[in-house]
Amino acid sequence: MDIILQNICKTYTKSGVEALKDISFEVPKGELFGLIGPDGAGKTSIFRILTTLLYPNSGKATVLGLDTQTHFKTIREKIGYMPGRFSLYQDLTVEENLNFFARLFNTTIAQNYELIKDIYIQIEPFKNRPAGKLSGGMKQKLALSCALIHRPEILFLDEPTTGVDAVSRKEFWHMLKRLKNEGITIMVSTPYMDEATLCERIALIQNGQILSIDSPEGIQRQYPFRLFAVKSSNMSGLLRFLRALKTVQSVFSFGEYHHVTFLNANASVVDELKIDIKRAGFDQFEIKETTPGIEDCFIQLMPS
Amino acid sequence: MKQFLSFVKKEFYHVFRDKKTLLLLFGLPIVQIVLFGFALTNEIKNAEIAIFDLAHDPMSHQITERIKANSTFLVRQYLTHPGDIEQIFKSSNTKLVVVFPSELQTNWARGTQTQIQVIADASDPNTAQTLSSYINLIVMQYQSELTRRTNIPYQIVPEVRMIYNPELKGATNFVPGVMSLVLLLICMMMTSVSIVKEKESGTMEVLLVSPFNPFLVIISKTVPYLLISILNLIVILLLSVYLLGVDINGNVFLLMAESTLFIITALSMGLLISSVTESQQTAMLISLLGMLVPAILLTGFMFPIENMPIALQWISNIIPSKWYYIIVKSVMIKGLGFASIWKETLILMGMTLFLLALSLKKFKTHLE
Repeated sequence: MDIILQNICKTYTKSGVEALKDISFEVPKGELFGLIGPDGAGKTSIFRILTTLLYPNSGKATVLGLDTQTHFKTIREKIGYMPGRFSLYQDLTVEENLNFFARLFNTTIAQNYELIKDIYIQIEPFKNRPAGKLSGGMKQKLALSCALIHRPEILFLDEPTTGVDAVSRKEFWHMLKRLKNEGITIMVSTPYMDEATLCERIALIQNGQILSIDSPEGIQRQYPFRLFAVKSSNMSGLLRFLRALKTVQSVFSFGEYHHVTFLNANASVVDELKIDIKRAGFDQFEIKETTPGIEDCFIQLMPS
Repeated sequence: MKQFLSFVKKEFYHVFRDKKTLLLLFGLPIVQIVLFGFALTNEIKNAEIAIFDLAHDPMSHQITERIKANSTFLVRQYLTHPGDIEQIFKSSNTKLVVVFPSELQTNWARGTQTQIQVIADASDPNTAQTLSSYINLIVMQYQSELTRRTNIPYQIVPEVRMIYNPELKGATNFVPGVMSLVLLLICMMMTSVSIVKEKESGTMEVLLVSPFNPFLVIISKTVPYLLISILNLIVILLLSVYLLGVDINGNVFLLMAESTLFIITALSMGLLISSVTESQQTAMLISLLGMLVPAILLTGFMFPIENMPIALQWISNIIPSKWYYIIVKSVMIKGLGFASIWKETLILMGMTLFLLALSLKKFKTHLE
């Protein structure tokens, strides 16, 4: 196991915020592992404990078999870390940034060029441009290149795709897949539920607690209810109407559909609903059974 | 070592790419020196005065000539009517009026008491005091020359000699002061701000998660400011010698060595500030209000420490600038050697070691 967390608790002494409550999980070598959760869930705290920046109040964390509290110096040589905030030098050019980080880890760009080539080649035309003048997607690529320049065994990426456009996000995940194939263990966090399915395994986390850990498919399979997608021309009216129905267990708005679960989901319930809705006068009404997404699972798992 | 050098190189990029910082770093010492040298001086030159001569005899003319020959005074007007005296104070920038009584020379030759009246505008008491004592001096000198010729016995003439600064130039006093101020400002504020900046932008997180020794991170951030300060020091010394005419009477190398020690003191103060603050604004405020203002007030170059209440005198002892100021004055102005400043040097050294140890101890290799 490359990463092991055992009963980790963390309370920030200054603010008194209980960031992590008894977190335990493991990540095997070479896995692309995702931490999925909203802002303030505790994702960054987990990263900081694993990257030896923060001591937990209790519990034990090991990275590559080394204790994060006693062997932090050895760990720091073997990991790559990309913090959530853009952490490069804005006034240094692309090339200067990369050179600096290579030197910091006692290596050179030439030594590990193969590993970052695919990524770096995209920003190389702008190598004389200050990092502060790059677009969000390019900054992300440069930051990833810098985190990779010393060929780390584990890569920690804290919300790497936040604030990046959809195309760049897609490219970024593509790059992560390739790095995984190089044998690098990757732990990545994201607040975007749609990115969860791109990981091998994910931990859903909220309020410092893990709601569930499994492969994305496994989490979707565990969804205990039949899920229906409903839509009509008057979506807000429909939402209010569904919430008032006694047979309905939960309704959430999901883009162009409302996702509905029923207390007792047999065939007749759906038919009854169709009749009810028609009687209430909703136009262009449509209902279909659908497979739950990660967000459905997240909402269902959230303690109400 | 390569790591360290690349770090220093990176710091220099930061300094040289930020035009505002660069301007501050090199403009500040020049502006300070020029400002203190020419504008904020307490020397008096070309003070406008008037003469009201009722005697019109050789003696009154000779004294008037002597006053005119002195660069402190500029004789603007000769009055003819007693009522003009008050009028001229009100209507012009006249600082002082000298009144010669009639029969001046005759009375003096007769051996009776003779008086010259000096009327000064004391709305600025220091200027009035200085000007009138200058007049006094001129008259005394004139008189002593006369009496020497006529050979009157039993006279006590105090012979005042101003040593180290015979011309009473203001510059000799403030050049050491400006040196201590500029070095403190640049080293302390710039270092603390540049380290806190890395904390703010999150780059410190990445630096910490690297095999590079965190203490070296900090030390390497101070190197550029050490070099820039030494450069500044040279500029200040050149300006003071060639622009202000303040010579370096002591050993230049001793002066440089002592200054380097003070630069390291100031850098350690900067490190300490940066390790206890989280934002650039706080670092700046602490540097300016918490460190710089006491350094200006309690160093001794603005206000003499001897005149302060005991409590403030005591506090002034813990301000490194005070000791550096004494050292620079001793070496640069008085031309003294190491033997007479070893005590101050030792105190400064002790302070530096203490500050350095404290700031390295306070520096967090972890967050929170």
